[in-house]
Amino acid sequence: MQIKPQLVRDLIALLGPKAVLSEPEDLMLYEYDGSVELGSPECVVFPSSAREVSEIVRLANRYEVPLLGRGAGTGLSGGAIARDGGIVVAFSRMNRILEIDAANLRAVVQPGVVNLDLSRAVDHLGLYFAPDPSSQKACTIGGNVSENSGGPHTLAYGVTTNHVTGLELVLPDGEIVRTGGKNLETSGYDLNGLFVGSEGTLALVTEITVRLTRKAEAVKTLLAVYDTIDDTTESVFEITVRAITPAACEMLDGFTLRAVEDYVHAGFPKDCAAVLLIEVEGLSEAVEAQAAAITEVCKLHRAREVRVARDDRERALLWKGRKEAFGALGRISPMYYVQDGVIPRTRLPETLRRIAEIAAKYDLQIGNIFHAGDGNLHPLILFDERDRAQFERVVAAGGEIMRHCVDVGGALTGEHGIGMEKNELMSLIFSPDDLALMARVRASFNPAGRLNPGKVLPLGKGCGEIRIPHIPASAATPA
Amino acid sequence: MTESTANTEQAAVTAQPSGFSGADIPAYDDYAHCVHCGLCLNQCPTYKLWGLEADSPRGRIRQIVLVDQGRLPLGDSFVKHIDQCLDCRACETACPSGVQYGKLVEAARAQIERNYRRPFFSRLTRDFVFRRLLPYPRRIAVLARSLYFYQRSGLQAVARASGILGLLGLADREQLLPPIDQKFFFSNLGRTYSAIGQRRARVALFAGCIAQVSFSQLHEATIRVLTANGCEVVVPAGQTCCGALAAHAGARDAARGVARTNLDVFLKGDFDAIITNAAGCGSTLKEYEHLFSAGTAEHAKAAAFQKKMRDATEFLADLGMTAPLAELPLRVTYQDSCHLLHGQKIREAPRKLLRAIPGVELVEMNMADYCCGSAGSYNVTETETSLALLAEKMKHARATGAPVIVTANPGCLLQMRAGTRIHSTGQEVVHVVELLDRALSQKA
Repeated sequence: MQIKPQLVRDLIALLGPKAVLSEPEDLMLYEYDGSVELGSPECVVFPSSAREVSEIVRLANRYEVPLLGRGAGTGLSGGAIARDGGIVVAFSRMNRILEIDAANLRAVVQPGVVNLDLSRAVDHLGLYFAPDPSSQKACTIGGNVSENSGGPHTLAYGVTTNHVTGLELVLPDGEIVRTGGKNLETSGYDLNGLFVGSEGTLALVTEITVRLTRKAEAVKTLLAVYDTIDDTTESVFEITVRAITPAACEMLDGFTLRAVEDYVHAGFPKDCAAVLLIEVEGLSEAVEAQAAAITEVCKLHRAREVRVARDDRERALLWKGRKEAFGALGRISPMYYVQDGVIPRTRLPETLRRIAEIAAKYDLQIGNIFHAGDGNLHPLILFDERDRAQFERVVAAGGEIMRHCVDVGGALTGEHGIGMEKNELMSLIFSPDDLALMARVRASFNPAGRLNPGKVLPLGKGCGEIRIPHIPASAATPA
Repeated sequence: MTESTANTEQAAVTAQPSGFSGADIPAYDDYAHCVHCGLCLNQCPTYKLWGLEADSPRGRIRQIVLVDQGRLPLGDSFVKHIDQCLDCRACETACPSGVQYGKLVEAARAQIERNYRRPFFSRLTRDFVFRRLLPYPRRIAVLARSLYFYQRSGLQAVARASGILGLLGLADREQLLPPIDQKFFFSNLGRTYSAIGQRRARVALFAGCIAQVSFSQLHEATIRVLTANGCEVVVPAGQTCCGALAAHAGARDAARGVARTNLDVFLKGDFDAIITNAAGCGSTLKEYEHLFSAGTAEHAKAAAFQKKMRDATEFLADLGMTAPLAELPLRVTYQDSCHLLHGQKIREAPRKLLRAIPGVELVEMNMADYCCGSAGSYNVTETETSLALLAEKMKHARATGAPVIVTANPGCLLQMRAGTRIHSTGQEVVHVVELLDRALSQKA
């Protein structure tokens, strides 16, 4: 694919020279995101309105080049990677909060608004935006919508789709349409539900109406410390069985914790096998009762210690440790490959044992940090990108973990999306007919396949295999 | 991209020689910690301003990697984006992987200094400032005297009113010039000030370069506050500029030169601590090790020196204030100096000192942890960007409703004082130590 100089000139005429990048030195900086994927666009544009986005789409159609949206590029499945070249539509300059309607618990935002910036902007009103992906201090709400992002508090509050009531979209033919509105329920088809999580393959999102959530009256954050992984997972199992519903229930294994503690100094014990970070919130009385019940369960399963965060500062520190745990592993390894499988919570103990076996089999280090409460695993396989042979073992181990998740009745992704990383694995959980239905949905909006090609649906190259990425994004000259 | 072009590219990667050479190369072991997660993006003032990956910490590290791989030339584009970095190091605070971004960008700038030919005038200015002016107190004094004449003789008023500055394209920069003191601090070098009451510590004061002609009063206030709290204060003679401006600009030879002088001067005395009231200097002084190769005698000296280096707010908060303070019924807001918060990881100490003054109400400013645009010499080299960041800062400062903005670094003081004039916020801008001194003198 080679885009024509005339297309670049047309884009500049449309957007101005400061909103179009087409030099190689600039394009190289859009070939990566937060994942291990790589692919260079041929042009990057920075629109400032839905009308401009629409014109960009029309130009792409006229010149028959692919295009895709990009938020902050923090994604973990290559969703914002230009797999087939073409135009990247970067939303970093469409970053205004357009309206805060506190009385009706709604906000209207442009797609480039950073997730945490919205929560900060409504903090003084006692409100926040509930979806809290770990990258929330950098990732954009447009990206959250595309990937249907979750986060630790997904357990109680649901994922992004549960917090989006309206969208403005530019369809692959350039038409600007609206779905939903400020109401929770709309008449007709639930089109919001269709577009949220479509990973940028059905439309480009140009405006989002989101639900705001009232902060709970009381919050308690508990840290349960264990000497074995089995005791940790058994505790999660029992919390589930006893129908206790915390707002969040996260597990970090000892290996990961040691890197994290060096970064946050939150007082995480460095000599344990794992911890559970559990949060309960609601009315004060209920919170006390739930915290007591959880403490009892953890103690029953031989928790060495159950600690309660004393104040907001300590609570924030514990969460900082959890949310920035991926990055903290960068302290001990040049790169990681993160998985996102989902399993029934009741299968946690055996799954963790299986992951340990896989790590031993392939001679790899795997850190486990995950949303234990909803069975969303994030095994992080560490590697050094200069070691090609090791990287192939990493991909094989990743595939084996995925297949295990599917075998125990789980799913490929909880929140990171399928992207270009796991699309070939889709056939493990969907029949050809199921996949054909998805392909029909995509074709009805995006018939030419020009919007974010090569994502979500299998290309049918290596059936049931994880694709081995070309070359990890941070790969350097061998030393 | 197809598999085959990727492989070709891989081959090309390994075939290209690195664009870096000589000493002070951004090290693989430093940049490999970056896992390109992107958590730094929203903390970066220039990324927030322009939304460009090239002007984000992740993007800048990536450009360093690409130059090292030989995929990107060490040319105009690279230099532009590395130059546009404030080196505020907010990304280091945001980074979970512990990437030492400041170290990387300073090494990249050293490479630019070595391998890139800047325009003639730019080379001339840089050489003059870093190698022929800042290391020499006498030259600073001479230049300052003429600047003093310009500012006080009425010439400044004429220049501003005539519009000539605008014609020369200097109007923006001129208003960021430091106001020159009538009496310079140089005459205090070599003096010792006794502790008031029982001596609790013996400390050395680091006086800096430009601060001696523009912040004499801050230095005097620092001495008063330290002595009042039981410190004997020595102002060692022979000390010189810390080298921060040179190191940030990539002129590491110049930075090393002044560092050697300071190491000799300050290690001679037996001090409990070496104190600076300039966060920008402090951050470099605490990292003198970075300037010398591990294993050398100078590196060992730098290590010994660093252990004693303290920011004035850090030292006073740890020591504990014993001198009685008068009540100052003031609403204040604190702007974090980047090189205190991000460079030295000191957030609480200045706030603790402010709260210790009876009557002072501290109102937190939105985005206090973002750079004000001063950034050493950035306001002179990248004036337009600096002023855009200053405008944002003033918006948030004004919104606090506090009549006083407090900060912890002379550069930030100058920048925000200019900001209060440009944006007519009517606020006063003072150093933490100056406010302590005020409470102290009103008690006396």
